Amino acid sequence: MDETNAFEVNRRKLMAGSAALATLNLPSGVEAQALDEEAPRVVVTFTINGHLQRLQLDTRVTLLDALREHLHLTGTKKGCDHGHCGACTVLANGIRINACLSLAVMHDSDEITTIEGLGRPGALHPMQAAFIEYDAFQCGYCTPGQICSAVALVDEVKRGVPSHATGDLTAPMTLSNVELRERMSGNICRCGAYSNIADAVSKVAGEML
Amino acid sequence: MKPFSYEQAASPAAAAAAVASRPGAKFIAGGTNLLDLMKFQIETPTHLVDVRRLDLNRIEDTSDGGLRIGALVTNTELASHPRVKRDYGVVSRAIVAGATGQLRNKATTAGNLLQRNRCPYFYETDLPCNKRRPGSGCSAIGGVSRSLAVIGTSQHCIAQNPGDMAVALRVLDATVETVRPDGTTRAIPIGDFHLLPGESPEIEHPLVPGELVTAVSLPKPPGGTHHYHKVRDRASYAFAIVSVAAVLQKDGSGRVAFGSVAPRPWRIEAAEALLPRGPAAVVETAFAGARPTPENAFKIPLAERTLALVVAEGRA
Amino acid sequence: MKFATPAGENPIDRLTVVGQPLRRIDGARKVSGTAPYAYERHDAVTDPAYGWIVGATIARGRVKRIDVAAALRAPGVLAALTTLDFGAFKPGFRTTLHLFGGAEIRHYHQAIALVVAETFEQARAAAHLISAEYESASPRCDLAREASNAEPTADRDGPDYPVVDRIGDFEAAFAAAPVTLDERYTTPDHTHAMMEPHATTAAWQGDKLTIWTSAQVVSWHRDSLAAALGIAKENLRVEAPFIGGGFGAKLLMRADALLASLGARVTRRPVKLTLQRPLIANGGTRRAGTIQRIRLGATRDGRLTAIGHHSLNGNLEGAFAEAAIAPTRLMYGAPNRDLSMTLATLDLAEGNDMRAPGEAPGLMAFEIAMDELAEKLGIDPVELRIRNDTQVDPRSPRRRFSGRHLVECLQVGAERFGWSRRHPAPGSMRDGRWLIGMGMAAGFRLNLLVPSGARIRLERDGRLTVETDMTDIGTGTYTILAQTAAEMMGVPADRVTVRLGDSSFPQSAGSGGQFGANNATSGLYAACLTLRDAVSARLGLDPGTAEFAGGDVISGDRRVPLAQAAEGGALVGDDQITYGDLDKEFVQATFGSQFAEIAVDQFTGEMRVRRMLAVIDAGRVLNPLTARSQAIGAMTMGVGSALMEALAVDKRYGFFVNHDLGGYEVPVHADIPRQDVVFLDHPDPVSSPMKAKGIGEIGLCGVAAAIANAVYNATGIRVRDYPITLDKLLDKMPRAA
Repeated sequence: MDETNAFEVNRRKLMAGSAALATLNLPSGVEAQALDEEAPRVVVTFTINGHLQRLQLDTRVTLLDALREHLHLTGTKKGCDHGHCGACTVLANGIRINACLSLAVMHDSDEITTIEGLGRPGALHPMQAAFIEYDAFQCGYCTPGQICSAVALVDEVKRGVPSHATGDLTAPMTLSNVELRERMSGNICRCGAYSNIADAVSKVAGEML
Repeated sequence: MKPFSYEQAASPAAAAAAVASRPGAKFIAGGTNLLDLMKFQIETPTHLVDVRRLDLNRIEDTSDGGLRIGALVTNTELASHPRVKRDYGVVSRAIVAGATGQLRNKATTAGNLLQRNRCPYFYETDLPCNKRRPGSGCSAIGGVSRSLAVIGTSQHCIAQNPGDMAVALRVLDATVETVRPDGTTRAIPIGDFHLLPGESPEIEHPLVPGELVTAVSLPKPPGGTHHYHKVRDRASYAFAIVSVAAVLQKDGSGRVAFGSVAPRPWRIEAAEALLPRGPAAVVETAFAGARPTPENAFKIPLAERTLALVVAEGRA
Repeated sequence: MKFATPAGENPIDRLTVVGQPLRRIDGARKVSGTAPYAYERHDAVTDPAYGWIVGATIARGRVKRIDVAAALRAPGVLAALTTLDFGAFKPGFRTTLHLFGGAEIRHYHQAIALVVAETFEQARAAAHLISAEYESASPRCDLAREASNAEPTADRDGPDYPVVDRIGDFEAAFAAAPVTLDERYTTPDHTHAMMEPHATTAAWQGDKLTIWTSAQVVSWHRDSLAAALGIAKENLRVEAPFIGGGFGAKLLMRADALLASLGARVTRRPVKLTLQRPLIANGGTRRAGTIQRIRLGATRDGRLTAIGHHSLNGNLEGAFAEAAIAPTRLMYGAPNRDLSMTLATLDLAEGNDMRAPGEAPGLMAFEIAMDELAEKLGIDPVELRIRNDTQVDPRSPRRRFSGRHLVECLQVGAERFGWSRRHPAPGSMRDGRWLIGMGMAAGFRLNLLVPSGARIRLERDGRLTVETDMTDIGTGTYTILAQTAAEMMGVPADRVTVRLGDSSFPQSAGSGGQFGANNATSGLYAACLTLRDAVSARLGLDPGTAEFAGGDVISGDRRVPLAQAAEGGALVGDDQITYGDLDKEFVQATFGSQFAEIAVDQFTGEMRVRRMLAVIDAGRVLNPLTARSQAIGAMTMGVGSALMEALAVDKRYGFFVNHDLGGYEVPVHADIPRQDVVFLDHPDPVSSPMKAKGIGEIGLCGVAAAIANAVYNATGIRVRDYPITLDKLLDKMPRAA
């Protein structure tokens, strides 16, 4: 059986409603018929990497997909979409969060910083530069999240946020190697660059703290 | 994720009324658990009431020397608060043992208390689960159950409450404050807040539709040494296999609750009274009537060992 | 060029650029988030539709009916394709799976439908409206239970070995040995858990298809997809310039590439989709679990006289066994041997390649056995391994190793790690409430030779451009190719542009089996030789004597800037490396020693690795910075294998329950201690003109066993069933007070 023909033959019945033939030259925005539950859309205005952005979005769009699919800021990665990996870490009003577990609509008027906002090739943030210096990544997919997390955790230490590795809760915070590795544990790296990441973050955090 | 409409609430009472007046409406705050479940269509709200910008994010001293924690205080803010670190260390310790820095920045006090269970079958939407589809059966019984509850279960559900903070709040005798859609408020002792599955595993707490948690209050500090020990396979970013929250006094007495062993933070006052006689006595009483599976029976000796570690720490 | 005799001195030996710790040339793009991965090609594809894959919820049986009517009515939906709409598509390379088409279900989460919609949110919601009816058969998914149905099986990647590989008289030697060991070990199913899920963007233009996908070997994906779709290879372009990890998962075409292509064809829109994370463990491939029996016989002074190693495996019908016995063939000398595998049928995700296939799970077991034997003999585990080193293939003693420095790995490792401070009696080292243990293991992984091509162009501006369909899956390939070109052409590495992962470029070895670096750089070496000749010819220099250095070409007393050669037009060198019989004449392999120190909480049995060391013999190290990253990454994966990683099978339904990154735990930052890596400096002229060997997998081999042996040293409890979790220690650990 010629499979190429098989999917040609079946094409019409696979298509939604009368849009089947219209999609030959489908302009964007054309949708299928019989709209059961059209999703509400809302306007979201927020500042992304210093630029004011106004988007009209399906309420279901996460901050992560707003960045990646609507603003084409694909530096923020989708590793699991369920809060299990940390690849989507961004800064919201300076605080690190998982963008996959956050609705874009809930960030109206927020200031979001993504990896693209930290620095660019030729004008890298010190943390980005340190990651290159220490070879603190391999495939690069978790890397933007690691870097955003690292930048944010330095601030958390300054603010006295404890961690699971903290000894005396009431003593001044320091960023030992064990502390650093605990605080970075929300960013999984399957390539296993952890030791080099720890070196890179230590160097920069030492300068920032 | 099913389509939903969205609004920001103007006040706690308005939020409660908004949710009560619309079938399928839900509150959202941090969203770290709710959105995850919505993506799987385990939760399918048709309307979300965003309470995050309500004025429920303060930590205040109470007149009796305790602390009142706004429902929207994030896990990070709560764990970092100077009084919490000084007087309620078990809360700080428990919080930072859970999840990750990113998740704790979003997760709120109320949301954390209301997080749903992490039984793998709860997430397996094509298989039976009495929490997800009441009356469909429990796939976890006879399935992969290493992480699940050993006590407080029923023949309809063996899911464990996976929380960390809740275990600490349980040893502190916290109270959960709420506002109902009619504007009335009530205070629920933390020990009554998480329900055992019994015949109706889908009912996990005593809140009525639209009832909004506004605060958690802690009585005056219990003194003593504060401990939270969480046992897991990997060193971080994992739910507990067993955890122990304890406040221990110099005379050998104290309070103890166990996490991830039961459908709620597991504290048996008659058991903790036996602390002076040692961990074995406490665990024997606390886990009397336990019905573990072959895969998770080790949790009971592990609970005893973890308590022994905590007691040893307390003496040191 | 054909590489048929060992390499003599060549321009690479200068090591002015190669062998230097050059930082990654693609680093700035990766750390700034501007390196585009497969799902992120807004630059190439505007306005794609979004796909969402629906997986089967039975493990074995047939789909009777799939109802897509509600999905087709849902907002934004453009199409819904089901497996019943198609005949079975041809399986791809190295796999037995029909990824789509037909009614038969062979494993859980096999793709049964695809929804294509205007937006991601619409596709996901509509997919939930699809329902399927099945005719389901009882799944076979308990390896121990299926053991009685297992059949003897050959090694897919060692076809020259007999199915039952016997040398000497194992039974007699084992019976006669004064010291013996006979134990059973189990390794669980693993999932690759690379951070980027399988993902594809597909766009048709007429009958030509382009996919942007996450592929380790571009040509395998191209050939597999072209065959499945029934289109000519020339009509399919595959681009994979950046890949978010693979570890074997992305060697093979998965449902994402096929379904994106079908969806795009049906909707006449570019379509992008991922194999969603929760579908990967059951719907992708796994490292198959094993049950291994190891029998060792030794003289009292620690010479192995008999080695028996049997591995039981389970896989889909028609699929292959995980060759856990592979390293045992070559690791240690012993005159009497009996090695074999059996394979049972299991209705689980297809067992297939994952980092160091065969060697990794084989050594997880065998290197515990060696530790056990050492204890029985009262001989230090390092010394036992040294005494049983072999410099020849035990099966064919005339076949020598091209370079084997395992003994040096062991000795250097012991010295660097402070092995002499280890107390051999278990449970004798303590630090407060922690029991401390030290363990070690040896590592072994074959060095594979694969033809590989590349093109290098001297541009008119004097820059060099390298093009090959080779991939960089995090391995540092961009960088070492730039180094290779720079060394060969006598220019700094920043004069070189490297373009990878495009099927329109010369076909390369691809990334897998730790064969990428050595072969791809060798292919480029060959292309550079061609370009050097072209340059010499253009400049009127003698190609036999021309040297390329300092940006110039030098011959006799003439010294001409290299760039001058291209003033009249770019010059191209295009060649590939092929190999003669050097890998038959010689065993080519890489070696390592792994050392680990662990702390075990005497109260709870919690385990934390405190420090790790690897000493690796892998020929010439092309870039010590990126090579070290390969090693520490592999060691980290080894910590996972030792202490936490296992897919948990629900034997009633036949699926892995922990099929996401929350349930399947891989190491996080806090699990990993200080890691030291030492590379021995032994270029191997037999392996290639680069004198390098594979480095991506040897770092994993032996790690888990070293940790297992450390746990034993700390506690006296021997766990032979991975992963070593605390519940396996508790009932044997005395209660602490």
